[in-house]
Amino acid sequence: MSVRQQLCTFFLDDLYFGVEVQKVQEVLRYQEMTRVPLAPPVVRGLINLRGQIVTAIDMRRRLGLPALSADRLPMNVVIRTDDGPVSLLVDEIGDVLEVDEETYDALPETLRGPLRDLIKGAYQLNGRLLLTLDSDRAVNVTAS
Amino acid sequence: MDDLEDIIKEFLVESYENLDQLDHDLLSLEDAPDDRNLLSSVFRTIHTIKGTCGFLAFPILEHVTHVGESLLVKLRDGELRLDATITTALLQMVDAVRKMLSSIANTNTEGEDHYESLVEVLEQLSLGTRMQPAAVAAFSAGRAVPAGHRLQSGSSAEDHGVEATLGDLESMVAGLANDSEAVAVRKKSKTPAAAKSRPVAKTKPAPKVRVESKPKLAQVPKAKGPRKAKVAATKTAVAQIPPAVETVEIALPTVAATAPGVRRVDADGQALPDSNEKNQIGPETTVRLDVALLDRLMNLVGELVLARNQILQYSRTTEDATLIAASQRLNLITSELQEGVMKTRMQPIQNAWAKLPRVVRDLSLQCGKKVQVKMEGAETELDKTILEAIKDPLMHIVRNSVDHGIEPPEIRQAKGKPAEGTLLLRAFHEGGQVIIEIGDDGGGINLERVRQKGLSQGLITPDQAASMSERELMNIILLPGFSTALTVTNVSGRGVGMDVVKTNVEKIGGTLDIFSVFGKGTTLRIKIPLTLAIVPALMVTAGADRYAIPQNNLVELVRLEGDRVLREIEHIHDVPVYRLRGNLLPLLYLDEQLNLRPARKGAKLSPDSVVNIVVLTAEDRRFGLVVDRIDDTQEIVVKPLGPHLKDISIYAGVTIMGDGAVALILDVVGIAKRSGVVSEARERHITPAKTNEAVTGDLKQTLLLLGLGETHQLALPLSSVSRLEEIPLSSVERADGQQVVQYGGQIMPLLHLGDVLNTGSPHLEATMLQVVVYSENGRSVGLVVDRILDIVETTLIIQQAGKRMGVLGSAVIQNRVTDLLDIHNLILSSYGDYFSPPSTTLAV
Repeated sequence: MSVRQQLCTFFLDDLYFGVEVQKVQEVLRYQEMTRVPLAPPVVRGLINLRGQIVTAIDMRRRLGLPALSADRLPMNVVIRTDDGPVSLLVDEIGDVLEVDEETYDALPETLRGPLRDLIKGAYQLNGRLLLTLDSDRAVNVTAS
Repeated sequence: MDDLEDIIKEFLVESYENLDQLDHDLLSLEDAPDDRNLLSSVFRTIHTIKGTCGFLAFPILEHVTHVGESLLVKLRDGELRLDATITTALLQMVDAVRKMLSSIANTNTEGEDHYESLVEVLEQLSLGTRMQPAAVAAFSAGRAVPAGHRLQSGSSAEDHGVEATLGDLESMVAGLANDSEAVAVRKKSKTPAAAKSRPVAKTKPAPKVRVESKPKLAQVPKAKGPRKAKVAATKTAVAQIPPAVETVEIALPTVAATAPGVRRVDADGQALPDSNEKNQIGPETTVRLDVALLDRLMNLVGELVLARNQILQYSRTTEDATLIAASQRLNLITSELQEGVMKTRMQPIQNAWAKLPRVVRDLSLQCGKKVQVKMEGAETELDKTILEAIKDPLMHIVRNSVDHGIEPPEIRQAKGKPAEGTLLLRAFHEGGQVIIEIGDDGGGINLERVRQKGLSQGLITPDQAASMSERELMNIILLPGFSTALTVTNVSGRGVGMDVVKTNVEKIGGTLDIFSVFGKGTTLRIKIPLTLAIVPALMVTAGADRYAIPQNNLVELVRLEGDRVLREIEHIHDVPVYRLRGNLLPLLYLDEQLNLRPARKGAKLSPDSVVNIVVLTAEDRRFGLVVDRIDDTQEIVVKPLGPHLKDISIYAGVTIMGDGAVALILDVVGIAKRSGVVSEARERHITPAKTNEAVTGDLKQTLLLLGLGETHQLALPLSSVSRLEEIPLSSVERADGQQVVQYGGQIMPLLHLGDVLNTGSPHLEATMLQVVVYSENGRSVGLVVDRILDIVETTLIIQQAGKRMGVLGSAVIQNRVTDLLDIHNLILSSYGDYFSPPSTTLAV
């Protein structure tokens, strides 16, 4: 019997990503941020999430994608981590999808760069590929 | 199984306390070997541990304590007399027990060691065999390291504004009350022998745990079976015990009121001088609490403070009288709640001191010295986190004092001092901070040798060595790699130490000072804040963002306008400096430090610009931080930075402002290090600066100049001023015929200096009162003046002695005749014994 897994999906540039739904604390529209001078460039700022301080990570920068056009505001996918919640800034939020393990495959060897490190594999959906993001690695900025 | 698990957990917690008590009792016993009460107390404590561990099937532990008990029986029955050898052996037994207990807590077993040699020593001693002290000392059981714990928890509540926070708090407070009831009920339901109180139970031969647990064990079917089955049951139960069991005891004020004078049962009973007093304390005065629960409560109160700030900020923009009244009430209640919760985290410094007499004893025996430890102010309270943080530095300083400070008895006698040296530990509150002093009456610091050593170790240059003041020489001791000890002992002398102590103290926002008179003794003074969780901070703006600067690093604020900007900010090459009362103050631009804009490189400032300089101190160096705007001061809740940002040394944490925005808290020492104002620890060297300190001997003083009426000028020492405030006339209330304001949770009387001094100044029609806050013994008085003029540093020459109460005399300051105030007497003349604590008189 095939294991079905639920993924919370989002868009970055022309790519379609998913993270295990258990890892996602919540999704939010754009939040005001306080920038942190001298921080690594992928750290966009700090968000006050109901009294909790959440670090926001610019996923486009993290993945080496071009910056989002200035007139669009990113949205937050808040991920649970051992060190408290961390927000991933993405272009758009997609649906929560139930995916079939049978459609899963590893990434081709030809893919290199930061994408290679942060993507675990791909689900072959109708018409497009859903890339599974390794959220633990994505939030681990010091390693980059 | 849960019952058994609880029993073992309780056994561990209580045994740790008993062991600390034992350490203490044994040391007291050494001074008074024939004190029957003490002997009985020691005997009972050992017996309790032995009884319980036999019951819980820890055979090695039982055996060791049994041998110790046999020895104590002989002592109690007068067959043997306690001497240093026996004490050492008994203390080593305490260490062995401690080691086994920590092994039980961590690995569920008693550990591999069977302590045969210790058992043998104890048996020999109880047979009355005389042993050489060295033989006893040769056996050294490794010390148990108390299970470490972290108080700082990164996570905070996900609360939805005040409502949620309040709701949570309510339920937690209710939980607390339930806990206390449960404890009370539990205590009452015990068998009569143990029903009286915890402390009594401790002193009864029948141990509390044992009595309490019998019926519970009966519920475990296996427990009735043969011994092996019991062991198995116990082991599985032990497996479920978390490694670190920690509780804090809190006094319940309501109940405490019925037992006058008894406010807190100290965990190890050491705050209580004799055992008779223990019997008077009811069991309901304390509740055992999990530290994690307190931390959560503390976090919630932090959230509440933020929510309160938000509401207060909003209520200022509204005309709604009901809302304003409600928010003011919220304000008051929150402040009180905050204070209350802070108090639950407060612990007497005794907890950090408890181990020191034992350390001193061991060390002094090792070095062949005689040292007695005296403690003053052991009940002084400070935050648990800080208490933990100063334990190691304290230990280090005490070891240093015994090893280097106090001389061997022969030398002491030759110098005409008593053979026994004294180590004095003092603690007290002063100006919102805790001061801890560790003083010895030993040899003191030979500054000449410090100078030589500093030179030979290359820490200072010959030029510096020649011109350094005493105070500066003293500070060399705090440099890494410095040691004056002629020989390296295994106690100290390796040259790592004092700099580590200083770093650790500074890490928690404290300062370390050394005072020493050669030949007479040395005193180290540690000044630390009461708490770290909520701190007063100055809010500033740089590059459109707000930043918080903790006030413990803040010295003063300087604002330059107009052509003063051009004239007074000078450049040495590209480096901007400002002359602050004769000292060159290096200036750093905050926006440049944060890489928010390229360096100005000495570019000329425009004449219409305003420069705000925040004068800060880091590691005894002053520097000026130039910010775009100085906003206000606030109590901020310090939240830790996430793992992504922890490495940036320039930030100390984050906080949430009244409007909900996030602001970064600057680490002043971090900024100073990053910019090179102070160099990294290893390269730190002392440059003789022109000090303003009074140590140089002249009478240079920093004075606050005040204006009254049209022409009258007054001065008072800046050191006696705790704050300057602007208080709106609307918040002045009346109590008992006096004008008062609510200030920091207190009612602060206002004293119009114009009225008191009869300068006949008409109260200016201002909506804001200029108030100088003066504090003494925890009470504050607000001195209302017409103008706060300036801060000057001057050599004071009093030309005319004062004739009136409260005026020391007159002097010419800044070409004006100025009256010098004696605030203490001034206030006494108006309020009598306002500052004196009840039932004592103030020495004037």
